[in-house]
Amino acid sequence: MRRATALILIVLFLAAPLAAAGSRSDARAQVEFGISVALQGLWKEAIYRWQKAVEIDPTYAAAYNNLAIAYEHEGMFDKAREAYEQASKLDPKNIYIKQNIEYFREINDRAKSEPPR
Amino acid sequence: MTARRASRLASLIVALGAAGCTTFYEIPLDTPTPAKLDVSAFQRVLIVGFVAGGTDEVDTNLETVRLLRSQLRTKSDLRVIEADAVPLAEVAASQRARSAEGQSEPAAGGQDGSTPKRIRDEKELEAYEPIFADVEYWKKLGEEYQNPLIVTGTIMFTPHSQSGFVQRDQEFYDSYGRRVVQPVRTYMERKGFILKPKFIFIDGRTGTTMYAETFREQVLYNPQQNTPALSSYFELMDRLIPSFLGTLSSQKIRGTRTLLK
Repeated sequence: MRRATALILIVLFLAAPLAAAGSRSDARAQVEFGISVALQGLWKEAIYRWQKAVEIDPTYAAAYNNLAIAYEHEGMFDKAREAYEQASKLDPKNIYIKQNIEYFREINDRAKSEPPR
Repeated sequence: MTARRASRLASLIVALGAAGCTTFYEIPLDTPTPAKLDVSAFQRVLIVGFVAGGTDEVDTNLETVRLLRSQLRTKSDLRVIEADAVPLAEVAASQRARSAEGQSEPAAGGQDGSTPKRIRDEKELEAYEPIFADVEYWKKLGEEYQNPLIVTGTIMFTPHSQSGFVQRDQEFYDSYGRRVVQPVRTYMERKGFILKPKFIFIDGRTGTTMYAETFREQVLYNPQQNTPALSSYFELMDRLIPSFLGTLSSQKIRGTRTLLK
């Protein structure tokens, strides 16, 4: 009995990363499809795909980064900021994410500066 | 031959491998920025004219009116009213003269209550500022043109010179005949212009100022470069136009972003 329990635990322990890898691979498929449609200018479809990707794998920094870019393209700056923050939290050392955030802030600050009197 | 073929194949494999490992895409992105001013209540825009000062070489009032009208015609949803540019400095001067006649004491700003005939610097320009607060004048003008959005303001376009060290790239050939580019610092006196416009947006229905924004741009040229004042004016205005248009309508700012896999 003890042996059986141990065996189940071992199987579960080994299966967990496999399941995670499976969800990452599904999310990656969504991200890749999102990129291909974004490159064709279909940003709404890209948003849908990248939203799916973060639903499948909420730890996927690249998906959040891409989602932020798409939100930015659509002028949804609050959502873009949230997505960028999430991407940065998940992968703080990623230079591409850092650079995207810098560019985003630059434009966002310019848009917000000097409000009408 | 076989070795060369093997080497080519190896390079191809490396190249394909590198391409396969590409996990990012740099893309151009046009980010929309919202307009600074809500002009949804207006269908028409009237670029009245500007109180202009500085150099005599360019009629900055007329040139600015023409330039802003042509930009708004193509880059804004507002219909541009075609009317003669108002010589606002003269209007302001006559207004001040009239108000000075009614006053026993000289008006503040000008020494004798009148506005200077030729505006040379910003201090002299200040004497004309009260015209923008003359609600009745703008309201009357608005009524004349069926209550449009009125664009006016001041423009100072002055010659400017500055001396100091300038860094530039100098190319030379080293002892091996190789081309080398090195930054060199040289002392130089450069001449150019400063453009300082203040754009004022007035509600033609009420005559009140909705928004005002001041810009400052300058350009300096090397002494051997002989650039006409009008070219400098357009060069500097080109830098300001996106910000001016961004006040009235949503603009797109081009940049790049990196998509990740």
